[in-house]
Amino acid sequence: MKYSSQMVAKPYFIFALVLLAGEILFGLLMGVQYIWGDFLFPLVPFNVLRMVHTNLLIVLLLFGFMGATYYLVPEETESELWSPKLAIITFWIFAAAGVATILGYLFVPYATLTEITFNELLPTMGREFLEQPLPTKVGIVIVVLSYILNVGMTVLKGRKTVITTVLLTGLLGLAVFFLFAFYVPDNLIADKFFWWFTVHLWVEATWELILGAILAFVLIKTTGVDREHIDKWLYLIIAMTMVSGILGTGHHFFYMGAPEYWLWIGSISSAVEPVPFLLMILFAFSMARDRKIQHDNEMALTWAKGTAVMAFLGAGVWGFFHTLAPVNMFTHGTQLTAAHGHLSFYGAYVMIVFTVISYAMPILRGRPHGNSKKAQKVELTSFWMMNIGMFGLTLALSAAGLVQIFDQRVGTDLIGFMESQQSIEGIYTVRLAFGVLVFTGLLTYFYSFFVKEEA
Amino acid sequence: MTERITKSMAKNIYYGGGAFALMIFIALTFDTVHQIPERSNQQNMTPNVVAGKKLWEKNNCVGCHTLIGEGAYYAPELMNVYQRRGAADEQTFKAYMQGWMAAQPLDIPNRRKMPQFNLTEDEVNSLADFLIWTSKVNANEWPPTIEG
Repeated sequence: MKYSSQMVAKPYFIFALVLLAGEILFGLLMGVQYIWGDFLFPLVPFNVLRMVHTNLLIVLLLFGFMGATYYLVPEETESELWSPKLAIITFWIFAAAGVATILGYLFVPYATLTEITFNELLPTMGREFLEQPLPTKVGIVIVVLSYILNVGMTVLKGRKTVITTVLLTGLLGLAVFFLFAFYVPDNLIADKFFWWFTVHLWVEATWELILGAILAFVLIKTTGVDREHIDKWLYLIIAMTMVSGILGTGHHFFYMGAPEYWLWIGSISSAVEPVPFLLMILFAFSMARDRKIQHDNEMALTWAKGTAVMAFLGAGVWGFFHTLAPVNMFTHGTQLTAAHGHLSFYGAYVMIVFTVISYAMPILRGRPHGNSKKAQKVELTSFWMMNIGMFGLTLALSAAGLVQIFDQRVGTDLIGFMESQQSIEGIYTVRLAFGVLVFTGLLTYFYSFFVKEEA
Repeated sequence: MTERITKSMAKNIYYGGGAFALMIFIALTFDTVHQIPERSNQQNMTPNVVAGKKLWEKNNCVGCHTLIGEGAYYAPELMNVYQRRGAADEQTFKAYMQGWMAAQPLDIPNRRKMPQFNLTEDEVNSLADFLIWTSKVNANEWPPTIEG
């Protein structure tokens, strides 16, 4: 570790991993409730489980991004963080607000929660992924602004690199598009339209900048490839992201009340959306092939390559499956969307957090050459368990989506939703089994932190 | 292939392409906002419809159901529930909704459960008005069948 202020990344990484365990655990509970409807009901109804599951994911990724930023910015700018103290304070504020919100979801009926958190003043609750009470949403804005201030000031006083510029652009975009979470028109269609400005433009535009910057940083460190070369790749990837991703928002506007031209614009732009992810694979693998150094932390590079592959599969391939308007007519609102959502969030964002943690955590723990061979072996096992688990889960959800489509939407012998869901029960059991594999993989990953160092 | 592309070319594609895409996106956003009132029959958006939307949000209905294809996939699509359960008749649908909401949670072992929300008769009517209004939105011929 070159700069002492990089140390503030550590609590962010640890907390992100704790939240990830919670997120997967709630996913498993949902998986059980999908099959046995009486499970946990009426104690924790499905909508509560789902809110906890998705909100934990968003928050853990933000913690992961923040940890990654606080680790890499001092090294990139060649200067200490502007205010390590502010970074620690925002950590505790964000962690406390996050925990309080989750407890609110779990122990207070949602309707009551809207009443006691002043939702009447500015109604923003009850929309998918943006269920947070108003005080939490305001808290997120404050935390993100102080984070951007801290990173921005550090970048201003230090060396400017392409990585920090791209990262900062991504963070600013994240902040700007979150503001649409506060805009809830009375007209449901206008509401849905602007809701996507936060949801899509986060995950398919600004977050991809953050992803690209973190990936580029880890690749520089683990391969020793010339920065100029890495920068060119980074620009190329994010150029394709911007060109395809912004207008690609249109693939959400096919069948929700927006005009017909989105059918064309959304289909054409999002057909290009796999390209940046394909470039990411070429990037990671050619940098690994041309590496100038042999880093002892082999797992970091493994995660980096894994991120590129799984992000391409989840976001690129599974996105493309249902992104053309005539296909989306039948897939819209089925388990195929869930399949794509799971593999893309895992492949692109959870895995980049694993990548940076795998690279930075050993250094933060005083192991500049990475963890011991034995610990890395355990980590590699967990890598495969989680990847196979997530991929299996995605295949199961895709099969479920296909059955749904043929049950409810194609042909003449149609059956209703509930009846169709019953016919999918076996597939949901398979999905649950793969979910258990993912969770076991995560526990194995945790165990790798505690493998004793060889003398 | 990438050998022929220089760093500054890549940088220019990023800034130029990004700005171009963003400009088109903003222009189309204005047009869409302009078209939404007509496509959604905003003139029929009575105070009851708006109240129904607020109830929809307050009870986190989207946490289990989809509405125009967006939401959770645990419970049925509700854009066309007015046609499916109410035969596209307001009185029939409202009567159905009153009965359905009062009967929750259904006492069928291991069936997925809908919680009891304890809504008043007026509130259920507002929710019904909101769903009726939603069923008439022009969503480019979606959903493909009555089963949603």
